[in-house]
Amino acid sequence: MAQVAEEETAAVSSEAAAGSPAVKTVDLHKRFGGTVALAGLTMTVPRGEVFGFLGPNGAGKTTAVKLLLGLLTPTSGEGWLLGRRIGDLGARRRIGYLPELFRYQSWLSAAEVLALHCELAPLPRASWKDEIRNVLETVGLTERAGDKVGTFSKGMQQRLGLGAALLGEPELVFLDEPTSALDPVGRHDVREIIRGLAARGTAVFLNSHLLSEVEQVCDRVAVVDHGRVIAEGSMDELLGGTAVRVRATGLAQADKNKLLSFGRIDDEGDQLTFASLDPERVPDLVAQIVAMGGRVYEVAPRHQTLEDRFLQLLEDEEK
Amino acid sequence: MTLPPFLVIARLTIQEASRRRLLLALLILTLVVVGFSAWGFNKITTLTRSNGEPLPPDQVALLTSQLLIVVVFMFSGVLALSAAVVAGPLISSEVESGLLLSMLARPVRRSEVVIGKWLGLAALVAIYAGFAGTAQLVAVDWATGYLPPQPVQLILFVAAQGLVLLSLGLLLSTRLSGITAGVIALVAWLMAWIAGVVGDVGTGLQNQALENVGVVSHLLLPSDGLWRGAIYAMEPDTLIAAMKTLGTAGRANPFAATDPPPTEFLLWVLVWFAIVLVLSIASFRTREI
Repeated sequence: MAQVAEEETAAVSSEAAAGSPAVKTVDLHKRFGGTVALAGLTMTVPRGEVFGFLGPNGAGKTTAVKLLLGLLTPTSGEGWLLGRRIGDLGARRRIGYLPELFRYQSWLSAAEVLALHCELAPLPRASWKDEIRNVLETVGLTERAGDKVGTFSKGMQQRLGLGAALLGEPELVFLDEPTSALDPVGRHDVREIIRGLAARGTAVFLNSHLLSEVEQVCDRVAVVDHGRVIAEGSMDELLGGTAVRVRATGLAQADKNKLLSFGRIDDEGDQLTFASLDPERVPDLVAQIVAMGGRVYEVAPRHQTLEDRFLQLLEDEEK
Repeated sequence: MTLPPFLVIARLTIQEASRRRLLLALLILTLVVVGFSAWGFNKITTLTRSNGEPLPPDQVALLTSQLLIVVVFMFSGVLALSAAVVAGPLISSEVESGLLLSMLARPVRRSEVVIGKWLGLAALVAIYAGFAGTAQLVAVDWATGYLPPQPVQLILFVAAQGLVLLSLGLLLSTRLSGITAGVIALVAWLMAWIAGVVGDVGTGLQNQALENVGVVSHLLLPSDGLWRGAIYAMEPDTLIAAMKTLGTAGRANPFAATDPPPTEFLLWVLVWFAIVLVLSIASFRTREI
């Protein structure tokens, strides 16, 4: 009886929580001894969105995910998953998680590991068979379903972990560096899986430092460094500027310094790349270079990549 | 109908021991030891006095009971040692390897992980103690016709000693690495045994300070106190009566017991288990994974 009552309450609050974002954090801090891993993480991930959480190594990406899943306790601050406070068991019924450090029982078969996760999730026993068959199919392990995990390569174990995260059609899936052990084919498969989740309305929280991966699948991105979000927005907002590459000779260092009024410059001798420049200002730039005695050979505007933007953000952060 | 998480984890613990062939290894080793000891016990019945007459039955019983105490000491040692070595890495190794990450992200409480692992390993300890104890007693009975006065208590005390080491190992495993936890549990077990001997010497010499060492160690880690219960269950009445006539000097022997463990001690053991489990849960609950 008590359990029924509990489930009814869960159903009611789940309806109430349906309008809430998939992930919300307010000023989340985490310190390990003297090391600050998160310094006031504030962000919101709407439902059904593929959210890229980007940052250099050690920026606090994995710490953030572990805090959200209740594996670590925050030093201060608050967070909600699917409308429930972090640490709440109920929210974890509707979540999938592929850890960065993925490891599964080597003495079990792939299908047994998935059955274990069905049992812990918990999913109705009648659905296990179909669930397991479907995710094995999705991650390409159908042929190896009965083999012991101990005989799997790292890539196959990561596929298995991804499969476990997909069980039971979760509302939110955390993928922490999901392609770290995968070959190019595997990476392509993961992108397809993420697109499939998005099509189904599942929110995906993708931790990655692989910018091309994020650029290809994410609706929105947050860039995190030193435990704080330094930029957040849709891909278009974030990549608004245009980079312009100029090949010019005859410029002294002092001349180049004057050109800083056109924004950050990636200086490679004769090749100058202006990281974010309004296309309207390109003629002014060329005129100034010529006025300073420079000789212009090539002016090539190009769409800014996430990598350009990412490096620029980190550099601005250093200043 | 799905199992509650703690039973899933208990089942997984048993499954691991079985799949990793720990159970098979213990089964084979036990059968080998029981087989050899049956042969040895059988030799006692063929011993003769200097005049060529066979030993009278009460002497056979006495010799058998003493030899049985030594053999059971080995069994209980193997059990305690295995429990400590298996429990030491039970949680810590799965935290270090990352195995627990995906499981704890499910709606599973930390307490359920601790209780599940304890239950799974406790079942193994109990089954092993029951199986090895029964096999050994059957073999001795077959070889000599002797059965200790309290065979069921004997097995219960041996199993309880294994559970003590398992609980200590698991508690340490919530915070320390597997090797460290296992080694500490092992050293604690040996120290408790030696402290018990020191306490006996204290009783023999009527030295209160030394006697207290034994009492305190039995409270901190009840493994030796339980072992004394196992010994008492194996001693024929004639031996106990003979030792009692020796007074306090008769007690100064780690392989002898003149009295059964007091009821207060047995109640304390139950409390001890509860305290250690609660501490394990509290410790694991605040552990950062």
